[in-house]
Amino acid sequence: MTSVPILSILVMLPLVAGILALFQSANGARWNALITTLVSLGLGVWLWTAFDPDGPQWQFVEHYKIGSGVAWAMGIDGIALVLIELTLFLMPICIGASWRAIDKRVPEYMASFLIMQALMIGVFTAQDLLLFYIFFEGGLIPMYLIIGIWGGAEKIKASYKFFLYTLAGSVLMLIAMLVMILKAGTTSIPVLMAHDFDPSLQWWLWLAFFASFAVKMPMWPVHTWLPDAHVQAPTAGSVILAGVLLKMGGYGFIRFSLPMFPEASNAFIPFVYALSGIAVVVTSLIALAQTDMKKLIAYSSVAHMAFVTFGLFTFNRQGIEGAMLVMLSHGLVSGALFLCVGVIYDRLHTREIARYGGLSDNMPKYALLFMVFTMASVGLPGTSGFVGEFLSLVGTYAVSSWAGIVATTGIILGAAYMLYLYWRICYGRLVHADAAAMPDLDLREVWLLGPIAAGVFWMGIYPESFLRPIRADVGRLLERVERAAPPGDAHFTAGKPAATPAHAEAH
Amino acid sequence: MNLAPILPELILTIGSIVLMMVAAFLGRRGSALCSWASIALLLGASIALAGEPSSAGMLFGGQLVADGFGAFGKLIIYLSAAVAIVMAHNWFERDFEHGAEYPVLILMAAVGMSVMVSATSLVTLYVGVELNSLAAYVLASYRRTDERSAEAGLKYFVLGALASGIMLYGISLLYGFTGTIQFEGVAAAFAREGTQSIGLLFGLVFLLAGLAFKISAVPFHMWTPDVYEGAPTPVTALFASAPKVAAVLLGVRVCLDSLAPAIDAWRQIMIFAALASIFLGAVAAYGQTNIKRLLAYSSINNVGFALIGLVAGGPAGASAVLFYMAVYVVMTLGAFLCVQRMRDENGEPVEAIDTLSGLAQTRPGLAAALATFMLSLAGLPPLFGFWPKLLVFQAAVAEGFFSLAVFGILGTVIGAYYYLRIVKVMYFDAPAQPYGKGQGMVEGALIAIAAILVSPLGYLLIGPLGDVTNRAAGSLF
Repeated sequence: MTSVPILSILVMLPLVAGILALFQSANGARWNALITTLVSLGLGVWLWTAFDPDGPQWQFVEHYKIGSGVAWAMGIDGIALVLIELTLFLMPICIGASWRAIDKRVPEYMASFLIMQALMIGVFTAQDLLLFYIFFEGGLIPMYLIIGIWGGAEKIKASYKFFLYTLAGSVLMLIAMLVMILKAGTTSIPVLMAHDFDPSLQWWLWLAFFASFAVKMPMWPVHTWLPDAHVQAPTAGSVILAGVLLKMGGYGFIRFSLPMFPEASNAFIPFVYALSGIAVVVTSLIALAQTDMKKLIAYSSVAHMAFVTFGLFTFNRQGIEGAMLVMLSHGLVSGALFLCVGVIYDRLHTREIARYGGLSDNMPKYALLFMVFTMASVGLPGTSGFVGEFLSLVGTYAVSSWAGIVATTGIILGAAYMLYLYWRICYGRLVHADAAAMPDLDLREVWLLGPIAAGVFWMGIYPESFLRPIRADVGRLLERVERAAPPGDAHFTAGKPAATPAHAEAH
Repeated sequence: MNLAPILPELILTIGSIVLMMVAAFLGRRGSALCSWASIALLLGASIALAGEPSSAGMLFGGQLVADGFGAFGKLIIYLSAAVAIVMAHNWFERDFEHGAEYPVLILMAAVGMSVMVSATSLVTLYVGVELNSLAAYVLASYRRTDERSAEAGLKYFVLGALASGIMLYGISLLYGFTGTIQFEGVAAAFAREGTQSIGLLFGLVFLLAGLAFKISAVPFHMWTPDVYEGAPTPVTALFASAPKVAAVLLGVRVCLDSLAPAIDAWRQIMIFAALASIFLGAVAAYGQTNIKRLLAYSSINNVGFALIGLVAGGPAGASAVLFYMAVYVVMTLGAFLCVQRMRDENGEPVEAIDTLSGLAQTRPGLAAALATFMLSLAGLPPLFGFWPKLLVFQAAVAEGFFSLAVFGILGTVIGAYYYLRIVKVMYFDAPAQPYGKGQGMVEGALIAIAAILVSPLGYLLIGPLGDVTNRAAGSLF
């Protein structure tokens, strides 16, 4: 193990660079942000190679006492690691996507993004309950500014809705945290993860945490802030919102709700499944009816996140690993889809689907990459979407057949709205002259979308790279929640041996 | 008689009398001298707090106490009074009123507040409150040619006199039914008779009503927005900081010391006052168009949170209140220092929130500082204003007040809206007429210091400040 405080560096570097950016010119801030995010990504790659998947649960641990009751405690397990990698991977792309699209108040914009990055990394690395809360809530302010300053026509409403919705969800979690600190006498997340709370208390604590994570996730019916925020946010804001911020909800469930309150989690399975099932069907249908591209993708996010909640509350390996993969995959794919929207929005300045059509004629490169991400979102085998959704559905089916059936309709509906979107934008005739005049992707845009496409295929073809770091941690989580695991309703019976074929071989 | 334990008060009293003479003879020419001399006196008094004034114990037959709790309060009071003098230095000179008496009045108010935080008998309590209040009435109407200032002074005086009367009535009832004016004796009487005695109960309620007026807790908050709006900005900054600290600390001492055996009686009152202040402060601020009125409601809102710590009681609760008030004062003074910079091109103060529009583009530094104070007052992490709120909620949860904590924290969400509105106006809206060039390096430096203290860097203070407040709160028990 190394003694370099790598996690603190990952938090502090963008923070310092962000403050510096405020005093720079527009171009200086752009380059500063790009270099900082690329250096962070480099550190992230090093972190990935240095992380030992068979090592102790918590690695790169740092602990400095700040004062009574809170410590600068950092450390990651595999689950946090992959989410950090996702964040670090998306950040340079966000900066690149804003290179030309943002032309007013650039230094403040870049500073907001860099500070945002610091806070997101902080959420995934914090090992102190209150430190986690500070990072978790702290992210609201830069995002509020990003939506409110550089957003679309109804940015004010969207920024308030985003802020107050998430804040209202989270404050109850703070009270629950205080109760936990009182009962367990510690603020250390690893210690709390092994603490057995009284089941009747767990019930309340679980609900308080659920209020926060469900809003963040977002789950039906508290998802209504998301379409507004996505539609109004600038492209890079949408990417980071869909790519990372939504994952904080899933991370919260896996880090807090499941290991800290296993009995309560079990008791609430029907509730979570009901909300997730409604989300899959209802928001998919809503997505089908959208005429605004960003809104469609926003609703598809809600539907995809329902696969995560389905998977997490299965209490089995397939479900939880599948949920993790769905989160990673959705982070890449929805980010890429928002970028695809951004590409044509920058050219035509409208998100109306009907204003496009036939783009595969004049923008073949764009059509190809958009196709890749559409298929990944649908869950085509070979892309990242398939692996996660498949595992998550297998896990769900093992617990409840009905839930599995409802969840699977999401795949069909997902294919319907995504292919319908793709058809309306890329196929057909080039009827609009202004859409026909749009140039194909330039080099910068290829560099934004290309790496994500590579990631999508990597995760689809060799998911082991991403499952390996989380395997041991999912194992530990399963051990922890085993006592509350729900019995499945599928009863497997051994099949009767068929008549032995003449040349039977062992499979 | 050993006078060392009251050295800070002596410094301020003698100093203020001397400076009053200076002001009388030098007139307008003396104002700079008086201001800087007063600041020096306040800083000197702060230094003199170390040693006996913070540890000597009971003085003058139980009239006053020199303990860590009082010393902590006095330190905050003196420093915020000094800031209020700095703020005023450039303020009054523009008019034909001269500013020489202003620092003298603040010194007298500071002596009154010192007495408030170290009073251990009902009579010294009243003397302290009145000494502070009389100075405050004059200060509120200091711009006597300005109608609003005169109106503010009059309103403050009439309502303040009413509140003092109520408080005095409560004190007389307590004296009549206990036969003593010492906090200890009152506590003993409550322990003996409980709250069955109607006379004692009435005395308690009237005393607390008077105190609630001084800290502008709901339902005795009516005067606050009008007085804050009408009084000159430096005076408003003083009202929102030092006297509030003094009155809250006095409330803590009265409740946890003399009324400790009647805890169940005053807790109900304080729970109501806390929640009502939080919600009214949050809701009533929505429609405000004047930044000073908005900050008045913000102060009502914040006092509600401090009272949650008082409801929790015990060393943890008292320590949380002290921590809260220390951070609150920094945020409030910072916000008022920013408000003071809101001037049109002729240097006339403007107070409409609309004029802040687009400030982030015309004056990015000022906008960033004001945004920091606003978000910190709202208690949003990662700013430091979050931590004191956390401490009071932690104290409440530890005492089992779960629903109080839940309602209180929901109040922060409601309140967050109007604090965010200021940020929205400054950052999202198109720039309005820019303000006249700011002046005063000292004020600028103070804004910067306050902003750094409430920024996330403030978290480094949790340890040291927590130790100090714990020790100060410990001296009460």
